[in-house]
Amino acid sequence: MRLLITHGTIVHADRIEKDMNIYIENGKVVMMGQNIEPEADQVIDAKGLYILPGLVDAHCHLRDPGFEYKEDIASGTRSAAKGGFTSVACMPNTNPVVDNVSVVNYIIEKAQKEAVVNVYPIGAITKGQEGHELAEMGSMKHAGIIAVSDDGKPVMSGAVMKKALIYAHQFGLPVISHCEDLDLADGGCMNEGVTSTIMGLRGIPSIAEDVMVSRELLLAKYTGIPIHLAHVSTKTSVELIRQAKERGVKVTAETCPHYFTLTEKACLGYNTLAKMNPPLRTDDDVKAIKEGLRDGTLDIIATDHAPHHNDEKNVEFEKALNGIVGFETALALTYTTLVDKGILSLSQMVEKLSTKPAQILGLDKGTVACGKDADLILVDFDNEYTIDVSGFASKSKNSPYDGYKVKGRVMATLVSGKAVYTHTAFKGL
Amino acid sequence: MKLRSKDILGLDHLETDEINLILETAADMKKIVTSRMKKVNYLQGKTVITLFYENSTRTRVSFELAAKYMGAQAVNVSVSTSSVAKGETLIDTGKTLDVMGSDIIIIRHSMSGAPHLLAKNVEASVINAGDGMHEHPTQGLLDMFTMRETFGDLRGLKVAIIGDIYHSRVARSNIIGLTKMGAEVRINAPSTLMPPGIETLGARICPSIEETVEDCDVVMGLRVQLERQKKALFPSAYEYSRFFGMNPDNIKGAKKHALWMHPGPVNRGIEMTSSIIDGDASVINDQVTNGVAVRMALLYLLTGREE
Repeated sequence: MRLLITHGTIVHADRIEKDMNIYIENGKVVMMGQNIEPEADQVIDAKGLYILPGLVDAHCHLRDPGFEYKEDIASGTRSAAKGGFTSVACMPNTNPVVDNVSVVNYIIEKAQKEAVVNVYPIGAITKGQEGHELAEMGSMKHAGIIAVSDDGKPVMSGAVMKKALIYAHQFGLPVISHCEDLDLADGGCMNEGVTSTIMGLRGIPSIAEDVMVSRELLLAKYTGIPIHLAHVSTKTSVELIRQAKERGVKVTAETCPHYFTLTEKACLGYNTLAKMNPPLRTDDDVKAIKEGLRDGTLDIIATDHAPHHNDEKNVEFEKALNGIVGFETALALTYTTLVDKGILSLSQMVEKLSTKPAQILGLDKGTVACGKDADLILVDFDNEYTIDVSGFASKSKNSPYDGYKVKGRVMATLVSGKAVYTHTAFKGL
Repeated sequence: MKLRSKDILGLDHLETDEINLILETAADMKKIVTSRMKKVNYLQGKTVITLFYENSTRTRVSFELAAKYMGAQAVNVSVSTSSVAKGETLIDTGKTLDVMGSDIIIIRHSMSGAPHLLAKNVEASVINAGDGMHEHPTQGLLDMFTMRETFGDLRGLKVAIIGDIYHSRVARSNIIGLTKMGAEVRINAPSTLMPPGIETLGARICPSIEETVEDCDVVMGLRVQLERQKKALFPSAYEYSRFFGMNPDNIKGAKKHALWMHPGPVNRGIEMTSSIIDGDASVINDQVTNGVAVRMALLYLLTGREE
């Protein structure tokens, strides 16, 4: 299969090339140039569109196995493709937990059959994600995991986390930390502050995150082993990470679109669609997250795609489960909030949504270059539309962004040169 | 005029004219409560259900009597005997009660916002009889009614609220309601029981009981929720009473005519000494009577919205 994409603007993490043709053969990019016109079986006209390396999500929940009523590998990867993600790393808090080889094998085999994008499982740090004994990281690495994390739960014991860092490093596995001190979080269900007081809800103070971020930074410094911090949401955490980076600590950090687009006020009226962990914070935190993204303190943007059934959200606020679906809104929210407002350049956005997450996870993805897999997306950034959750490809619709006006629509998603998603209005294919 | 919303979920969404209407109606209702023949037919043919997910004696009985004095069918649903114990969701329970013909569902729930969820899912009017740490609007209204009985007008009144503000839905409803009606509210609590940002609701935080009650017209004690002491928010009941309890010495600065209030049940000797609770200035029992009158007024006004 030979494919030629013509007249698109390629956005790399470090430059933009206009009016480019890309020639793809057997799923790989073979030639790129302004006037190349090799013979092809199919030509895609990308005039007026941007070509980005397929987005890479370092943090999502595909819910498979165990919670297939929320999402499964087939629906989750269709949702990813629709949002422009061609590679996704899924967290291990499934049922059973991904803490042994057989669950890793299950995910990889199911993904081979049903996934439309690349699926990379993340294994648990500890058995059952209980924070006590290390999971079989080495064996899971051989079975195909690309990182370890107890996401959803923190590793409360500093001693266990120290062992995990040292042990995972020996197998070349990045460690992703969910930073939350459960004692300080104290069973809270939203950010602690004026809004939690008004709503009469127990708050999770921002220091519940900051204390754990500090511990991880110190562990990374002490061991000399890199650590990746998941879903950073507070101003102080951004400051701590910035200082640590200045001192040479090997740390990378991610945030999610909800932490730079929404505040705790979204919870008012007991809106469970705005309930997540870490919780939505304040205006000051949002400002700091944006600045952290701008100056590079925050390396990447992940979705934390966390689908839930309506029955798990249409309940009392305290009972509602944490999280929102994220694949299908991440790119547009990032473009609209950060690029369109001049906080990030297009290239920086590509770096944070594709190139850098691939690097952190050790994947040979996230670039548009000769010899690499043709994981590409075609995007119309002038396309303005209203988010409609009923059209989501995800099984779940728990998004607080229904009705939001955004810019930036994925018109086509290619994985190894094969179109796995095309928007109905896209005529170029 | 009529109430604007089908539900009473909190004082935060009641306008001042609505609060005045409720308090004025309650004054008429009090005449019925205190008369020898406690029966009118304003609610004849109406069904009022109390759905209590938390234990309560005074609030539930108060609502039940309010409904019965006005001729309504009143049914109590208590959690342990209902299908709630079998795991039924709040929405399903509410819808079931709704389609049986309830006109008003009165809900108490340990989770803030539960009445709001119920109200969105039923046709019946919903009254919040206390939700988590959020609001207890009928308590706020009966407290304001009690103050108005003595002082006539709430504007300019100085009200002190002292105790466990953090866990108190009574405090939130009183702060919101009193501030709306033009009173000045001061609060005092052990710092571990003061919720962050509470002053944005309009209350002023005072550092000591003496300063809080200084020149006040009303002093309200709040129940220390000893059952929450697992979390060790203060060292002991003894230390609480020593530094945060009201006694004849630390309340001298209040006005001579000051009223002493408490939403009950009282931990005698911890929040207030018995000499205050049982003293001449205590209106704690009037609050209970007024509770029935205020709840009658709400039931009357809510069922009258459509006529």
